[in-house]
Amino acid sequence: MPFQGEKPIFLQLAEQLEAGILSGAYPEESQVPSITEFAATYKINPATALKGINLLVNDGLLYKKRGIGMFVAQGAQAALRRRRSEDFYHDYVEKLVREAKNLGLSLDQLTELIQRGYYDGN
Amino acid sequence: MAIELRNITKTFGKTRALDQVSLTLEEGHIYGLLGNNGAGKTTLLSILTDRQLPDSGQVLIDGLPARNNDTALGRVFLVGEQNFFPDDMKVKKALATVPLFYPSFDRDYAMKLTRQFGLPLKKKLTALSTGYSSIFRLILGLSVNTPYVIFDEPVLGLDAQNRDLFYRLLVEKFAEGGTTFIISTHLIDEVENLIEHTIILREGRVLRDAPTEALTDNAYSISGPAGLVDAYAADRTVLTSRSLGGLKTVSIQGRPDEQLPPGLEGSRMRLQDYFISLQEAEDAAQERKEITQ
Repeated sequence: MPFQGEKPIFLQLAEQLEAGILSGAYPEESQVPSITEFAATYKINPATALKGINLLVNDGLLYKKRGIGMFVAQGAQAALRRRRSEDFYHDYVEKLVREAKNLGLSLDQLTELIQRGYYDGN
Repeated sequence: MAIELRNITKTFGKTRALDQVSLTLEEGHIYGLLGNNGAGKTTLLSILTDRQLPDSGQVLIDGLPARNNDTALGRVFLVGEQNFFPDDMKVKKALATVPLFYPSFDRDYAMKLTRQFGLPLKKKLTALSTGYSSIFRLILGLSVNTPYVIFDEPVLGLDAQNRDLFYRLLVEKFAEGGTTFIISTHLIDEVENLIEHTIILREGRVLRDAPTEALTDNAYSISGPAGLVDAYAADRTVLTSRSLGGLKTVSIQGRPDEQLPPGLEGSRMRLQDYFISLQEAEDAAQERKEITQ
């Protein structure tokens, strides 16, 4: 079984930032809040906030403008969506199938449930 | 630049409040000083600020011996229980007096904070409620601008909203640079993500002194059917174990495995859980020692 549980705070921050980029809360080419703002808002050490933000910088999702701050890169939203689709299989589909097998559901039954969820869900 | 404690020992009668404690608090960090009641935290802080004399050992502040040294001691501000103002002094007057002792005190900022916290300026210090007394001292600590600021149980009696405000202001102040903070507290959950470095005292000794992340990354808990958990834990360092019917949960010192055997669930430990596990493991070890003696 994979290791689960609460993630380190810098990863949580990185995920929230990514979610903000995906949702358009932080549009491409716009400035994101400063390290201090993130740190103060989440009440975390600025070094931890920097570590989280640097994950996005290293992935090319954010870039630094010297003396001004951090900006969302062009194409960041599409890149994130691509990556999330790849993760979707591991994070959701594999788990879903495993749990379905545990419950003794057949592939047909699972497919039926997915269809129900797809059309009923909002 | 750093505060250094070298081999500090302090006894009260037969009790060793501090036993050969050596620590280095480097500038530019937020430190957490943790320990149960009677662990020696307050004694350590009084010695660090020269309010009490150690039996042996030395405190250096940025290389200067702290003993009777106003230059060295002026670099440190301890926000604690004590009040060094006359009893009948009013808040406003007290804030006006601080710069006489601490020239770097930012009075404008302090006044701004009194408005943010809603601290009444015209009240006498002795007439303030527990919560407002705490707030008054926190404002001093946030405005004093000495290189080292120590908070001893900073949020005692504060409501949730003001605690939240304090932590945010602390982060902002720290991010400005120039201040090293040391927070001694029992409210571990509230400071876990603020303190980069954790020092755990137990019975006058340093039990842990490490980056917070290193402590929480090096412990985890496992739960599942008792048989499976016991088999997994057999060759590992178990801190504590608890059973609930057939379900067993153990906390383990060490790095978690990427993959666990089927049927077991693993989770990260928060600092407070780690702290409690560590204390319980020490309690158990002490009991065993007492029995064999």
